[in-house]
Amino acid sequence: MIGVLVKIAWRNIVRNRRRSLMTASAVAAGALAMLLFLGYTTYIFLGMETGNVQHLGHLRVFRAGYFLYGAGNPSAYGIDGYREVMRSIGADPVLEPMIRVLTPTQSLMGIAANYRGDNAASRTFFGEGIIPSDRDRMLRWDQYHTGIYHPLDPPMADADESRGLIGTGLARILNLCAPLALPECPPAPAAAPPPGEHPGKVNADIAELAGRDVPQGGRAPGGAQIDLLAATVGGAPNVVSLNVIGAQPQGAKELDDAYVLMHLALAQQLVYGREEHKITAIVLQLKDSRYLSAARARLNALFRERHLDLEVRDFAELVPFYGQVIRLFSSIFLFIALVMGMIVLFAVVNTMTMNVMERINEIGTSRAMGVRRSRIRAQFLIEGTLIGLIGTAVGAALAIAIAALVNRSGITWIPPGNATAIPLHLDVLGRPLRALGICAGLVLVATAAALLPANRAARLSVVDALRHI
Amino acid sequence: MQLEAMPPVVRLTHVSRTYQAGALEVRALDDLTLEIPPGRFSVVIGASGSGKTTLLNLIGCIDAPSAGAVEVCQQKVAELDDDAVADFRARNIGFIFQTFSLIPVLSAYENVEYPLLLVGMPGPERRRRTLAMLEAVGLAAQAQRRPNELSGGQKQRVAIARALVKQPQLVLADEPTANLDSATGASIISLMRRVQADSHTTFIFATHDPQLMSHADEIFAIRDGALLEHRGSAS
Ligand SMILES: Nc1ncnc2c1ncn2[C@@H]1O[C@H](COP(=O)(O)OP(=O)(O)OP(=O)(O)O)[C@@H](O)[C@H]1O
Ligand SMILES: [Mg+2]
Repeated sequence: MIGVLVKIAWRNIVRNRRRSLMTASAVAAGALAMLLFLGYTTYIFLGMETGNVQHLGHLRVFRAGYFLYGAGNPSAYGIDGYREVMRSIGADPVLEPMIRVLTPTQSLMGIAANYRGDNAASRTFFGEGIIPSDRDRMLRWDQYHTGIYHPLDPPMADADESRGLIGTGLARILNLCAPLALPECPPAPAAAPPPGEHPGKVNADIAELAGRDVPQGGRAPGGAQIDLLAATVGGAPNVVSLNVIGAQPQGAKELDDAYVLMHLALAQQLVYGREEHKITAIVLQLKDSRYLSAARARLNALFRERHLDLEVRDFAELVPFYGQVIRLFSSIFLFIALVMGMIVLFAVVNTMTMNVMERINEIGTSRAMGVRRSRIRAQFLIEGTLIGLIGTAVGAALAIAIAALVNRSGITWIPPGNATAIPLHLDVLGRPLRALGICAGLVLVATAAALLPANRAARLSVVDALRHI
Repeated sequence: MQLEAMPPVVRLTHVSRTYQAGALEVRALDDLTLEIPPGRFSVVIGASGSGKTTLLNLIGCIDAPSAGAVEVCQQKVAELDDDAVADFRARNIGFIFQTFSLIPVLSAYENVEYPLLLVGMPGPERRRRTLAMLEAVGLAAQAQRRPNELSGGQKQRVAIARALVKQPQLVLADEPTANLDSATGASIISLMRRVQADSHTTFIFATHDPQLMSHADEIFAIRDGALLEHRGSAS
């Protein structure tokens, strides 16, 4: 029985070819717009997630309070006995299979100075101490096959604690363009020394503090040495020298102008001096982002069990920007969906109303023959559904084709929070459930739109319908 | 004949049907009481506006009386709900309309097959019955044609096949020849007469053409919604 209903519906769609085509086009346009936008946001979301997971890991374990108060004084929130904590995390039977990288990190702030050469310069820096091999492994995380992998360039070595990388902005500020052979780094305009203090004064102080001679010019070719000054946990001024082997652009200018990536041991030496070496955070990078909440719950349970005063934060909490971008794009998507849904709704209501009006006598005949009201309703609902299905299928096919074209065209763009342009990619099927949801939603809207005319058809009085010719 | 002993296939008792046309009340049927015996070719005759279509609609269970009771195939129609009436029609009543009213997107074959789908007949039996019916109305060769590829006479033959294929107790034909030329109309009448005789189905045929009375076993003449005369042929 349902077969003949589908047959009649389909043949009527074909019979009213032009009308059906117009309506299906509206559905197709809706599917196309939503799927392409989904492809775009998927690409952005997955790209941002990948970038964040590569650099921050999924979860970070801090000493309680660090997340809210620690940024002002990272060194004061060191995790005691972190090696033991890490060991118990790594040995946990629940966590162990989820974890890809488990690594310590130390955040720090201080003053970075280059007092070599004629243009002595200094600037406050924000630094991260890491284990180079762990970081490199983290940077290779690519669950979504985005192809994003920006290795530390040139690479840092676990064995050489003195090596580090800095942001290109900081390199520029510290007059390291030439020694680091940075492109797009014009020489600084000759600045008049500010009245009062001599510009080289602070650097000279640092040099003195370090108790070292000041060599002229950069060090090894392709490298340069800077000094990093910070107060230790105990309050004493401390200095280490960093062998800058390269500069890497950072997404935000503030970060690019201040970023220093160094070996964990060097960071610890600067922050803790002769006292016990602690860390700011234990970083967990998981094999799969879907483990995130399970891993988080397990960590919290573990810390409660062992009475450890530690807190767990995920990368989305650490980077509010991530959530903001998602919310922004989600609201744009909602807007597009609303507009497209309305267009589809009106197009289908209009078409189905015309179809019902044209077939009133046919409806009367069918009813007289013994077709129930519900089947008349189903008859027209099926027609709306079919139009929705055709339109959605065409729209989806177009979206996939257009995405393939764009992906092959090599158009580049700079994503939010990125420093460099990357190829634009539309990942229409990257989140298949959502793509399916969009298609199902459109078919549902088309079906719902047919409901009104279909109900009208079903409610017709048989005699009145038969009199209508 | 043993048919005579059987109860009437249609029984109307004091049936009225009024229409509200604006402020005006039109009494299309007025206190009509009649019985139609089974297996006959009955003709309802009357001038235009006399109430023939209204009467056939009530007998066909697609309309309800304003007053009185309608009993079809021993079933009190008022006792059935909407779906049950639809199912009742699907099983027991075939319609033939003046305007043919075939489903335009279905072929002749599919139009004839449709009523069998409604009663849930299994495929092979359905196919056999449909083909036999098309054969009986002389349209086996046109089975795959759509209605718009058929002449008026051919369309009405398809409609007759569609009404009869489920072997209903009752077939209602409301001026089935009005849209046909007289020669085609005559051939349709003789076809209906033939299939009626073969199947012993009760046929009720509404017309205002007195010529057709010669074909009838029973004649019900109505005027202004009231029964003027009933002439039954003594069997
Ligand atoms: N839906 C309706 N609303 C108002 N009046 C109606 C309606 N249907 C029928 N009538 C009226 O009821 C009366 C009987 O109509 P009916 O259609 O039964 O006559 P008929 O004998 O079939 O006529 P014809 O030979 O022209 O088909 C007529 O006066 C008609 O105007
Ligand atoms: Mg009439």
